[in-house]
Amino acid sequence: MLVLTAVPSFLVLLILIGLFVRARPILAQKPFFSLFFSSAWSPLKGDFGLFPFIMGTLWVTLVSLVLAVPVSLLTAIYLSEYAPRPVREFTKPIIDLLAGLPSVIYGVWGVLLVVPLVGQVIAPLFGVTSSGYTILAGGIVLAIMIFPTIISVALEVFSSIPYPMREASLSLGSTKWETVHHVVLKKGLQGIIAAVVLGLSRAFGETMAVLMVVGNIPRLPHSVFDGGYPLPALIANNYGEMMSVPLYDAALMLAAAVLLLVVLFFNVLARMILVRVERRAA
Amino acid sequence: MNQPGSARRLRRRKSKEMIFRAMMAFSLLIVIGCLVLIIGTIIWKGLPAMNLSMITQTPKGGYYLGKEGGILNAIVGSLYLASGATILAILFSLPVVLYINIYARRNSKLASLTRFSLDVLWGIPSIVYGAFGFIIMIFFGLKSSLLAGILAVGLLEFPIMSRAADEVVRMVPRELLEASFSLGATRLETALRVVVRQCLPGLLTAVLIAFGRGIGDAASVLFTAGFTDRIPTSLLQPAATLPLAIFFQLGTPFPEVQQRAYASAAILTVLILLISLLARGLGKRYTRHIIK
Repeated sequence: MLVLTAVPSFLVLLILIGLFVRARPILAQKPFFSLFFSSAWSPLKGDFGLFPFIMGTLWVTLVSLVLAVPVSLLTAIYLSEYAPRPVREFTKPIIDLLAGLPSVIYGVWGVLLVVPLVGQVIAPLFGVTSSGYTILAGGIVLAIMIFPTIISVALEVFSSIPYPMREASLSLGSTKWETVHHVVLKKGLQGIIAAVVLGLSRAFGETMAVLMVVGNIPRLPHSVFDGGYPLPALIANNYGEMMSVPLYDAALMLAAAVLLLVVLFFNVLARMILVRVERRAA
Repeated sequence: MNQPGSARRLRRRKSKEMIFRAMMAFSLLIVIGCLVLIIGTIIWKGLPAMNLSMITQTPKGGYYLGKEGGILNAIVGSLYLASGATILAILFSLPVVLYINIYARRNSKLASLTRFSLDVLWGIPSIVYGAFGFIIMIFFGLKSSLLAGILAVGLLEFPIMSRAADEVVRMVPRELLEASFSLGATRLETALRVVVRQCLPGLLTAVLIAFGRGIGDAASVLFTAGFTDRIPTSLLQPAATLPLAIFFQLGTPFPEVQQRAYASAAILTVLILLISLLARGLGKRYTRHIIK
C-alpha cells in the first residue's frame, strides 16, 4: 500500500520524463528559438515552428476566460450567498453533469450550433465574413466546458469564509452585495484567482471539442474571427502520420511536453494557493 | 435625520444591489441554459437519425460512405475499454485512498503530498495521457490495442476516482475507526470491513464518475486504442470507441453519415446521463450498512 501511495507523485514525474525523452531528438537538432518562435510549419521539409500553435492555444484560452470568468463567478456568488437551499440542490447536479459531458459531445454541439451562430450571426454583426470555424467558436465552447471547474472551486472557497465575518458587515448596515464585495470577494480573492487559474489550465489542454470547431489553420491568428490551431489539436490531428516523417513524432511529443509543463505550472500554483486558503480557514 | 442626500445614496446602494442580483440570476440561467441547450440539441438532431441497426450492427462495407451498418463495434469497444480501465483504476485508487486515510498518521506529509499529486494529475489534459500511453506502448513494443487504450484511460481515471473516493473516506468519523481498533481489529480489517462498507455508496459513485469519464474520453484513446470495424475479441486487438466513432462520422463529407454522427452522439449522451443518474441513485441506496 505504501508503495502504491507513492505512485501519484512519481507518475507526474514519469510522464514528464517520458515525454521529454521522446522529444529529445528534436531538441538536440533544432535550435530552441526556431522551435518555439518560428511560424514555419512544414514537417516534410523539416520545419517545426510551434509558434502559431502556441498562439492559437493562447487566443482560444483567453477568449474562453473572458467569457467564462464573469458568468462563473457571478453564479458561484449567487449560489453561495443568495440562493435558497432548493435552488442550490437543484443546481449542483446540473454543474456536475456539465462537467461530466464528454468533450466530443461539446464538439458536436459546437459544430451544430456555435459555428453557425458565429459564422452567420456574430461575424456579420462585426462586418466580417467567416466560416464560423474560428477562435471565437472554440472560445465559446471552451468557456462552457470550464464553467463547472471555476464554479465548484469558487464555491469551496466562499464556503471556507467564516459566517460571522458576513454578519459583522451586515450588522453595520451594509447591503448584501456590499457584504459580498467587501468581505466575501476580498477574503476570497486568492481562492478566486486559484479557481480561475484551474479553469485556465483546463482550457489550455482541452482537445477534441476545440479541435472540432476552431478551424485548424496553422497560421498566426489576428482576430477572434480567424481560424486557429491550438497545440492539443495539433497533437491529436497528426498522430497518424507522425511515425512516417522524421522528427515529426519528436515534435508532437515536444508539443505535449510543453502543454504538460504549462498545465503543471498553473495547477501547482493554484493548488498551493488553495492549500493555504484551506489551512487558514481551518 | 433624513436628508435628501442620504436618501439618494440609499437608493443608489439599493439599485446597485438589484443590478448585481439580476446579473447573478442571469449568469445562473446561462449556466443552466447551456446544459439544456446542449442536451436538447444533441437529442433533437440525433433522434431522427436513430434506428435499431445503429446499435445492433457493426459497420458493413462502405458504412462511412453512407451504406448499411451500425456502430455496435464502437459501443461494445467503449464498454470494454472503460470497464477495463475502471478495474485498473480501482486496483490503484482503493489502496492509495485507504492508505492515506487509515494508515497514514494525521497531518502526515505523505498524505498531503499524495492528495496534492492527485489534484495535479487530475488537471493533466487527456491528450497528454494519450501521448504518454503511446510512449508506454512503444516502450513495451505493443501495437495500438484494447490493452494500450485501457492503460491510457486507466491512468486518466485514476486521479478522478481517487479524489472522489478520498472525499468520501475522509468523512468517516474517527471514532468509528477507534471503535474498530479497540475491538482488536487490525488496520487492514478495519479498512476492508468497516471503512469500505461504511463508504460503499460513495465509493460506487466515485467508480461510476470515473467510468463515465473513461467512456467519453476521446483524446486519450486516439493514439492508443486504434479503430476497427470489428468487435475486439482479445486485449491485443484494436478497439473502436464511441467518441472516436462520432468524430470520424462527423468528419466525412456525406450528410447521411453526419446524421449518424448525431445519432451516435445522442447514444453517448444518453449513456452518460444514465451513468450519472445511476451514480446518484446508488448514493441513496446501499446505505443500509452505514452507521450514522
